[in-house]
Amino acid sequence: MTLYVVLEGIIAFFLVAGGVFAFIGSLGLAHLRDFYMRLHGTTKATTLGIGCMLTASMLYFWVIEGKPDIQEVLITLFLFITAPVSAHLLAKTGLHLQLRHIDKTGGSPPELRAEEIGKRPIPHRDHGHG
Amino acid sequence: MIKPRAWLPTPLLSILLLMVWLLLVRSTAFGQLLLGSFLAVIIPLGTHRFWDLQPLVGKPMLLLRFVLRVLGDIIVANIEVAWLIANPWRRLRPHFIEYPLMVEQRFTITLLANTISLTPGTVSANLRMDGKTLLIHALDVEDEDALIRTIRERYERPLKEIYEC
Amino acid sequence: MLDIALKISLALMILALLLNVYRLTVGPDLPDRLLALDTMYVNSIALIVLMGLWLNTKTYFESALLIALLGFISTVAVCKYLLRGDIIE
Repeated sequence: MTLYVVLEGIIAFFLVAGGVFAFIGSLGLAHLRDFYMRLHGTTKATTLGIGCMLTASMLYFWVIEGKPDIQEVLITLFLFITAPVSAHLLAKTGLHLQLRHIDKTGGSPPELRAEEIGKRPIPHRDHGHG
Repeated sequence: MIKPRAWLPTPLLSILLLMVWLLLVRSTAFGQLLLGSFLAVIIPLGTHRFWDLQPLVGKPMLLLRFVLRVLGDIIVANIEVAWLIANPWRRLRPHFIEYPLMVEQRFTITLLANTISLTPGTVSANLRMDGKTLLIHALDVEDEDALIRTIRERYERPLKEIYEC
Repeated sequence: MLDIALKISLALMILALLLNVYRLTVGPDLPDRLLALDTMYVNSIALIVLMGLWLNTKTYFESALLIALLGFISTVAVCKYLLRGDIIE
């Protein structure tokens, strides 16, 4: 009986942790002040949040049905593979459209310097990696 | 290691596809096994000319250690980033960093960029056309050189050792 | 215990979705809205998983997988469109 209580505690922990992470990701999306910073919250926190929830679900059905079923791993792996790719593409889009960043951002990439790119429409300089 | 053949250009991908199929249908019945194997042979045959050459994994144990390390870092990094975002008194110091790449092959660069995007407060933003510099946006940086050094020692060097030696 | 955890988690997800909607409507630029949409896709996967736990069924996992696929591909397609003005070159 105690085993079930412990397992229930673990599942509940994963559920709440997943919810908290996903919420913080969206909080970052809502309150951070430029596009490049908003990317951080959603690519990392949200992805890990969903990973936690899927782990909870996997454990739950394992306990209920009595046999391991790792179908959720498929979704988790897919999300962990695609999240950095879409983040990279979104950041690239932001650079391409020359979205402004907040003033205290250190470093000045040539992608965002007006004099090196010229006026719009901007022919994108990178043709090699899609 | 299974050698690539004319009818099986990418053995690892085929094994992966078979596993995905079995997970999707949630059964290991003989019929599903057969259908999965058929798909695992047919799909790479139709698509392998779009893929880059599959790199050989020289050191599987090193790869395993690298994966475990990255998984650990993802969890630690997420707690850090969550704290940075949720704490209203913390002043963030975002930074664009130009990271000079040491690895050369496209596959390795992709892996490195993905690893960077998933770990401590950094998102890879752009790969320059010459493939030698990666632009990284970091959420909170104290010391630019320290971050570059961390990425170099912790992620890039193991990747180079695994795939490019 | 599981019941309460499920409720807390659902409440947090709904708040997260509301914050995403806020960014989707306010977001000053197109990529901001795109990012909000991408996050909404991922959060809706979480909602489906929670619903599966609530109803005690695994029927909905295929739909979660489909949403994950569609979300990624549509994000990439719109990004490509914004980058190049064209999706298939």
